[in-house]
Amino acid sequence: MQIPLILQFVNLLASLLLLLVFAMLAQRRILSLINLFAWQGGILALSTFIVAYSTDQHHLYYSAGLTLVLKVLLLPWLLHRLVRKLKIRWEVETLINIPTTMLAGIALVIFSFNLAAPIAELAQGITRGLIGIALACVLISLLMMLTRRKAVTQVVAFLSLENSLFFAATSATQGMPLIVEFGIALDVLVATFIFGIFFFQIRETFDSLDIAHMEKLKDDNA
Amino acid sequence: MIDLQLLALLATPLAGGIVLAIFGSRPWAAEINSVVSGCTFIISVLLAINIVDTGPQTAFKEQFFIDQFNVFLVALTAFVAFTTSLFSRPYMRIEQHHGKLSTSMLHLYYSMYQLFTFTMLVALTTNNMGIIWVAMEAATLTTVLLVSLYRTPASLEAAWKYFILCGVGIALALFGTILLYFAAERVLGNGGGALLWTHLNEVKGELEPTVLKLAFVFLLVGYGTKIGLVPLHSWLPDAHAEGPTPVSAVLSGLLLNVALCAVMRSKVLVDGSLENHFAGNLMMGFGLLSVAVAALFLSRQKDIKRMFAYSSIEHMGLITFAFGMGSKVATFAALLHMTMHSLTKSAIFFAVGHAVQKTGTQQMEHIRGLMQVSPTVGWGLMLGTLAILGMPPFGVFSSEFLIITTAMHDYPWTTPILLIALGIAFAAIFGRVQPMVFGQTTAQPLPHSPALLPVFIHLLLVLVLGLYMPPFLADWYRQAAALLS
Repeated sequence: MQIPLILQFVNLLASLLLLLVFAMLAQRRILSLINLFAWQGGILALSTFIVAYSTDQHHLYYSAGLTLVLKVLLLPWLLHRLVRKLKIRWEVETLINIPTTMLAGIALVIFSFNLAAPIAELAQGITRGLIGIALACVLISLLMMLTRRKAVTQVVAFLSLENSLFFAATSATQGMPLIVEFGIALDVLVATFIFGIFFFQIRETFDSLDIAHMEKLKDDNA
Repeated sequence: MIDLQLLALLATPLAGGIVLAIFGSRPWAAEINSVVSGCTFIISVLLAINIVDTGPQTAFKEQFFIDQFNVFLVALTAFVAFTTSLFSRPYMRIEQHHGKLSTSMLHLYYSMYQLFTFTMLVALTTNNMGIIWVAMEAATLTTVLLVSLYRTPASLEAAWKYFILCGVGIALALFGTILLYFAAERVLGNGGGALLWTHLNEVKGELEPTVLKLAFVFLLVGYGTKIGLVPLHSWLPDAHAEGPTPVSAVLSGLLLNVALCAVMRSKVLVDGSLENHFAGNLMMGFGLLSVAVAALFLSRQKDIKRMFAYSSIEHMGLITFAFGMGSKVATFAALLHMTMHSLTKSAIFFAVGHAVQKTGTQQMEHIRGLMQVSPTVGWGLMLGTLAILGMPPFGVFSSEFLIITTAMHDYPWTTPILLIALGIAFAAIFGRVQPMVFGQTTAQPLPHSPALLPVFIHLLLVLVLGLYMPPFLADWYRQAAALLS
């Protein structure tokens, strides 16, 4: 069966997205991590735009524009500024070494493809098979969040999680209703600001942004 | 009529939040906070009367949907938010007097308190499954800075954990919502209508079961993080112990209920689509696990607020379990238990807050002889504890009794687990509270007189409802239960 050109293109972008998530998982420098996040936002905006064009859904154009402004320009810029202001130049430190997390990531991909297989069969047209990739991106971002020790990298992982969810929404369902997308975008923006406030509070209190300092709250010595 | 009432209900706390964001540092901010919460409560009562009279209604082009189930939670939320604002007025002043809070921190507290109420009311009344998600995330965002209000290392750690864990949880719930939309789109077509709960409810039989099954797992795990279901509960004791006490009271008494409401809305859809007990079984499993694990952790706690936070996990587990059983009686009991738990647990946190202020510590071994310094705080804590442990004649007894008898009838094998867990919790909590209330005192008098009126109003309500349930209230609960099962 010949796959339409546009669908091939969306599939290509989906695989690029998965590749980028793996690149983020393997990345050791914070600034490169933020750049990778910006690239991820760019691919997301492009794929949203293509879905909008092919299905003629006008509200998806707004959504693509919103992604471009928020996730490619604003958030990476804010993060860069934060990193510079807080003078963070350290490398990313992980709880588990990187090759092991990569292997765990591969396991997650297999798991999500299995989980999504019955759903992918139901999907028509543009969406077929993309849910598995989207779910894999979501789970790998989660993995990244759990295995990183610095607050900044946890936040980038959180934002990458949000990106993967957006990708799931556009590729699987041709976009959520606009009001919901606006609400989600607003939440993400506010969350990033609060993260920013947190960085300063945490550094003021602990003199470091290493989460390892924050392991005092245990049930026994509380 | 309904449009107007709903607009007033949502606009009051929003406007209050904006006003307090500007004037929050003035000396009268606490009074404004109480007045706004009082107005919200009055409006919620009017709305409740309207809905109980006329039945379920939609408002603003179906963007909002109110039935007997959520209007009951709206009234409960507005009531507890109001009494908590009364409690927080002297409480926060004493904290300021003790030098723990600055004026700018109070400023943040007042404006966020109102915005938090607003987000909860939106989450309860909206008809759009997507907006529920947005409002739940917004509720996390408004409270996260309140948890770290004291800026101590421990409170920052608690807030960070709360933020990250709830962020992850809520992201999974979003994936569930996307899957739900994916299924709905095939039936209802693309566009705004496909996430409206009333529309989904009409066509729930046609929704694709395999997709809905997966969607429900994600939604339950996601919102379950917020409810504090084991194993996703670890943020809850930290946030409750380290945040200011009024925040612990509203988190425990209200936010957990709102998250449960979102799960119940999803469950109704999934039940209609799957036509089996999949969703119920899942909820029963999570509920039982939470009850059992929380009871075990309870007995190991040394911090008084942590101990009562674990008690919240236990009770939310019990409610989730009862909703999971799914029969009308069980749902009725769950709704009743939700009310009783909210009222009792917030009363306990009020009493605990003042007890901690008097003794200057949250460590239970250093709190002694409350009765000597302040009989009202002592009795408030003692009666609240007896009530939450399910002693008759308090209302918690009737709801727990109803849940356990239903469990005995429908799922007999669960009864021993529930009874043992409740027994352990009883021994643990009562054994700790008794020496705190009686014995030689370590407490100091306070610079402002404490607000204990809310404690006794709540306990009185729980007592009255335990002794006598007015027919209109019983009817209301029965209608709400019928909507859910």
